[in-house]
Formats: sequence, structure tokens, C-alpha cells
Amino acid sequence: MMKDPFGGMLLNTAFRILVPFSLVYAVYVLILGESSPGGGFQAGVVMGFGIILARLILGEDSGIFNIRLKNSLALAGCGTFIYTLAGWLTLAGGGKFLDYSFLPVAMEETHELHALGILMIETGVTICVMMTILNIMDAVVRRSED
Amino acid sequence: MRGFVVTVLALLTGLFCSSVLFLPAIGDEDSAPNQHISPVYIAQSELDTGSPNIVTGTLADYRGFDTMWETTVMYLSGLTAVLILSKSTMGRRPEKEDDYE
Repeated sequence: MMKDPFGGMLLNTAFRILVPFSLVYAVYVLILGESSPGGGFQAGVVMGFGIILARLILGEDSGIFNIRLKNSLALAGCGTFIYTLAGWLTLAGGGKFLDYSFLPVAMEETHELHALGILMIETGVTICVMMTILNIMDAVVRRSED
Repeated sequence: MRGFVVTVLALLTGLFCSSVLFLPAIGDEDSAPNQHISPVYIAQSELDTGSPNIVTGTLADYRGFDTMWETTVMYLSGLTAVLILSKSTMGRRPEKEDDYE
């Protein structure tokens, strides 16, 4: 996919700087989403932005960012599954569905368990949103290359 | 037919717009949503969820089930976009009637 690189040398060099920053910022938004503005959906969007930029600049050489369509479809489903898994874990711990106080992890404080559960579901949401953006982009690019 | 549709749409639009008149004023503390559950969330969120952010506490903890299906809807929308735009004929309606056999 994306055979021709995007823009000229100047644009590519300028956008190349943005890639690591947007990825790191996405992880920051994800981790601190529990106590500050942010969260899974926003982190997923920023991370998808970074990956799309890397692909636009590098094309087929983008290495780890060059995720195949079938893999990104499966990973989007995995993100949804991580969310549901949090619910199942609380069921296994003896509580209600998505009641994080019953996560089967040895922690003393209840609110630490809640923070862990929130982080887990936000990770799932992040993976799902990021891979969905890549899915749609992949589908559009494939269609236009036919 | 077209005139009928336009009339119905205009009537419905007028009805929906007129309902704006009955909305409570912004910040009105006597309105129904501000009386029922919001004070409980604002008072209890940090104790119940351990998160100092009320939005996160509501989204991920009180309303966790809702957010789960939101994530599922997002996954399905991406999947649908891929299926519509791809050349694969999987799940597509056949073009001729005979192909149903």
C-alpha cells in the first residue's frame, strides 16, 4: 500500500519529527486519562494519527507501522475483547460485570483496583480505535489503487 | 408523494424545534437531571471509582457497560467500511434474481 511517498522532501522531513511525539503523547493521554482530561478514545486517535503519518511518509518501508489489513482487523477485535475480558475477570472474582472492586488481583486498596480496571478497559478502547482508523484508511487506499 | 414527504418533514421539524422552548435553562438547579443522579455522582465519584476525574469515573466505571458497546460499535463500523470498500463479494446481495438458488 501507499506506493508513492507523500509530499516532497521538505514535508516528509517536517512530518517525520511529529511521529515519535504523537506516539509518546498518545501513551501519556492513555495513562493519565484516569486523573486528567483524556482517555482511551483520544489516545487511540492520536496514536492512529502517528501511525498514519509514518505510513504516508515511508510508504512500504515503514516497518512495524506497515500493518496489514487482516492484522489490523484482528487487532481491532482484540481491543474490544480486552474490554470484555475485564468484565469477565470481575465475574471470575465473584462480583458483578465490570465491578472493578472484584478484580482477581492482590491489591489492598479498592480504588487501586478501580484504577487498574479503568486502565485495562482504556487500553482496549485505545487499540480498537487506533486499528479501526487504520482499517478505514487501508480500505480507502486499496479502493483507490484498483 | 414528494410533497407529502416534505410536509411531514416540515411538521416534524417544527415539532422538534418547538420542544426547545420546554427545555430547562442551562445551570438550572431545579431541573430533572440536576436533581436525580448528578449530585450523587459529583459527591461519590472519587470515593466509588478512585478516579479524581468525574468524567472518567462516569464513563469507565458507572457507565462501563455502555462504553463497552460503544467500543463494539466502533469495531463494527470499521469492519463495515472495509467490507463495503473491498472487492470481495462476501455477504453481498447477488445482482441477478437467479443467483439466489
